[in-house]
Amino acid sequence: MLESIMKMFDKTNKSSKEVARDRLKVVLIHDRANISPEIMKLLKDDIIKVISNYMEINKQDMEITLANDETSVALVANIPVNRMKHNYGILR
Amino acid sequence: MSEVIVITSGKGGVGKTTTTANLGVGLAERGKKVVLIDTDTGLRNLDLLLGLENRIMYDLIDVTDGSVPYKKALVRHKKYDTLFLLPTSQVKDKMSVNEEQLIALCNELRKDFDYILIDCPAGIEQGFKTAIAAADRAIVVTMPEISAVRDADKIIGELGRADKEEIELIVNRIRPQMVRKGDMLDMNDIDEILSIKCIGQIPDDELVVTSTNRGEPVITNHNSVAGQAYRNIVGRISGEEIPFMKFSEDGFWVNLRRVFGW
Repeated sequence: MLESIMKMFDKTNKSSKEVARDRLKVVLIHDRANISPEIMKLLKDDIIKVISNYMEINKQDMEITLANDETSVALVANIPVNRMKHNYGILR
Repeated sequence: MSEVIVITSGKGGVGKTTTTANLGVGLAERGKKVVLIDTDTGLRNLDLLLGLENRIMYDLIDVTDGSVPYKKALVRHKKYDTLFLLPTSQVKDKMSVNEEQLIALCNELRKDFDYILIDCPAGIEQGFKTAIAAADRAIVVTMPEISAVRDADKIIGELGRADKEEIELIVNRIRPQMVRKGDMLDMNDIDEILSIKCIGQIPDDELVVTSTNRGEPVITNHNSVAGQAYRNIVGRISGEEIPFMKFSEDGFWVNLRRVFGW
């Protein structure tokens, strides 16, 4: 009884269920963002294909990764560009 | 029209087999023709939960490898004559049956049965992939516990990759008192985290243990809250709209507490 009254006044003290829910939400963001190396390779090839319509890129030095932080996941691509193509659009 | 439903979970020990047995009995009570297939080869248990362990002559592997026709391997339930069990082998392993064999078997069974329920092994390996291959519909069983919810999420992802579109959730072993105190995830929390349709929540109930001891699924016990929860799920599977039991501050449990003065 005393414990539950204490809890009512102590707003900073999350219930164990809230802790569980918050931890799960974060861990699932990371779990769900895990993609296999094969899929990553396919994605990379597709990105190269699309970008190559517009510019010449350095395929060796390009990097595509999933970056995780506390609460979100981002697809981060670092693609060195050698030069622009001037006939873009025609190739589409 | 017949339906093939796989009962799966990822994590072991959350109540897949108990759920399969109860849903099977519940559907048979409604007069449906039901066959339950145990695919947990090597770790056979569905026979025990149904009280049929002494009646097994042949098993799933005997059927899929062509040794006997499936009708010979089916075990009819003692009490419900439209309920049948296809037990699996206790000595062979999960590689003894493959996806094509199970799909072919289910297609045969569709001609004779309204519901084909497949009890899936734990894990996400080949045994799981085989068990889900033939299913039109998947029921994921989880518990209000972080590891079980995480594993359920993984399973839901795998089911999606296998192009299963109809996926539903059962949250098993909820402890209403802990939910009220804010110390246990409830159905709404899990719903929000996993974002799939929930078709049932089952309170933790000692009668599940005693009925399992006797080999009589709890769904037949009208004094049991878990039994009621299972009957509600059977109704929802059959397409009825049945409101969910409430474990929080309003509704059923509070009224019950008021009545008994807890």
